[in-house]
Amino acid sequence: MNASTATAAPSSQADRTVRRASGFRRRNPWRHPWFLEGFTWLYLIWSLVPIGLAVLFSFNNGKSQAVWQGFSWRWYFSDPVNSVLHDPVLHESVVQTLRLSVYTTVIAVPLGVAFALGINRWRGVTASSFNFVMILSFVIPELIFGVAMFFTFTALFSFVHLGTLAETLGLVTWNVSWPAIIVQARLVTLGRQYEEAAADLGATGWQTMRRVMLPLLAPAIFASAVLVFSSVIDDFVLVDLLNSNAANTPMSVLIYSTQRGGNGGPALNALGTIMLAMSFVVALVGYLGYRWMTRGERMDNRQALAAITGADS
Amino acid sequence: MALRGLAQRAPQRGKHRLFWACLAAPGILWLTLLFIVPFYVVLAIAAGQLNQLFGTPIAEYNPLHWTTGNLSAAWRDIAGPSAYLGPIFVRTILYTAIASALCLLIGYPAAYFVARFAGPRRKVLMLVLLIAPFWISYMMRMLAWVDLLQTNGYVNSALQFLHLANHPVNWLSGQPVTVVLGLAYGYIPYLILVLYAGLDRIDPALIEAGRDLGLGKARTFMRVTLPLSRQPIMTGLLITVLPMLGDYFTNQLMSGATNTSMIGNVIDQQLSTPLFQGEGAVFSIFLLLILMVPMIYYVVATNRTSREAV
Repeated sequence: MNASTATAAPSSQADRTVRRASGFRRRNPWRHPWFLEGFTWLYLIWSLVPIGLAVLFSFNNGKSQAVWQGFSWRWYFSDPVNSVLHDPVLHESVVQTLRLSVYTTVIAVPLGVAFALGINRWRGVTASSFNFVMILSFVIPELIFGVAMFFTFTALFSFVHLGTLAETLGLVTWNVSWPAIIVQARLVTLGRQYEEAAADLGATGWQTMRRVMLPLLAPAIFASAVLVFSSVIDDFVLVDLLNSNAANTPMSVLIYSTQRGGNGGPALNALGTIMLAMSFVVALVGYLGYRWMTRGERMDNRQALAAITGADS
Repeated sequence: MALRGLAQRAPQRGKHRLFWACLAAPGILWLTLLFIVPFYVVLAIAAGQLNQLFGTPIAEYNPLHWTTGNLSAAWRDIAGPSAYLGPIFVRTILYTAIASALCLLIGYPAAYFVARFAGPRRKVLMLVLLIAPFWISYMMRMLAWVDLLQTNGYVNSALQFLHLANHPVNWLSGQPVTVVLGLAYGYIPYLILVLYAGLDRIDPALIEAGRDLGLGKARTFMRVTLPLSRQPIMTGLLITVLPMLGDYFTNQLMSGATNTSMIGNVIDQQLSTPLFQGEGAVFSIFLLLILMVPMIYYVVATNRTSREAV
């Protein structure tokens, strides 16, 4: 801003005449767009302050989600009946969310990484059509996919009953495209020279994979694991359609069904806050881990942020 | 040299192909069994019949035995004398269109500012804040508004304090405004991030050139920046429109009334009643067919940008 006023000041009289003659306004054209900046801050306030208030209400010392009645931990653990710690349904939903996130990440990441490597190097019609199918699974609306999963587990593979197994199978399919897409993007940037060098030096396909490719791909694999884990924490539609009882209902579904049933209360805000804390821990671990794994590469904060959000692929 | 290398490796290529195929095999099998086959199951349910005794749908996997019972039931609800879906379709399109337009109107200036004008330090801060909603559960974000919009919530208190309303407004039952704003609030972070990524890629030299060649601020924007951001706008809108069309939970939490329900609510309700599951299958295929075109457009467009970026 200082720089722009400085450049505006020394403009000579002649210069101004020329400007006025050609219809220019006398304002400095490169000045800081304060209006736009204000608008952007307003947007950020609109987008984040309500969530801050929702977190605040999880500490409400009363049954209201709308009126502040003082601070307490009762909805987390002090209340012997209705707190997240003591109410079995609330408690179980936290465990179920974590359980699904772990199961899904453990299955989806190796599956997606192997798929990406195979598809990327094995050229042909089969490979490219399955790559297309995988990308389609990335963009299809979740409700349509959820309906398909619901019928699959109630009509065709009915031996997989609705519940944790069905939820995990659905979530893996829904999230396998994260590692598949991110690893493929990384493979494209890496090029083939490392592999070819390893092959020229006599490494077999498996050795190349283990000693050369996997270490090079490690940051991408890590980033995709972080994304899968956090997107399972936040997932709603699939688990809403595939759960069967309170024992396999994760937090997102419990918040939805309880609030909709008119039984909302600060305990739900506490659940939401726990979800938020989980996601932020995962994001922070992801960001720091990614920076650490790519410490040899030239990268600024923004690129690491983009990688952890999946925005760079 | 290179040629000789190729020749030497040639006999190994077959083996290598097998190796890569084996690596891809589990993923291919998984996608076949749990992505392609499920859509055939939906088709089989949609074209199957009802179990008369239990009122549950029976899947019919043989296309020769397909029946049109569910299809005609769906058609009755769309166009028959007791049709109730017409207004729901119109509402779905209307809400989605307004909410997406809102997302774009709010999102574009914000993304534009962060991409083009924010200084390096402020840019990182703003980006973190723009990305934050990604890491906050959708349900938590909706819950936040449910809290604020309660009859005794802060929104009503603020309105009464400012004398904009005499008595508290019942925002959470059957108000179209709440649903549309809820949808916009829910999906705008996705749009902003796509827009930001696209706008950040525009070479500032092009915009400066526009200005240097005598275009005014507005005309530079119209003739240079806007055409260059057409692609991100299109993909960004798709990224909000596709999930909005299949959304039922925002609507349920923000209103829950039938006078605001959208196609997603219809499918969700039909799925929970065995008698109507067959019809639900028809509607989800119907929705899939409509969305196939924008989905493929999206895949092709993002493929192109990622290839250009490399």
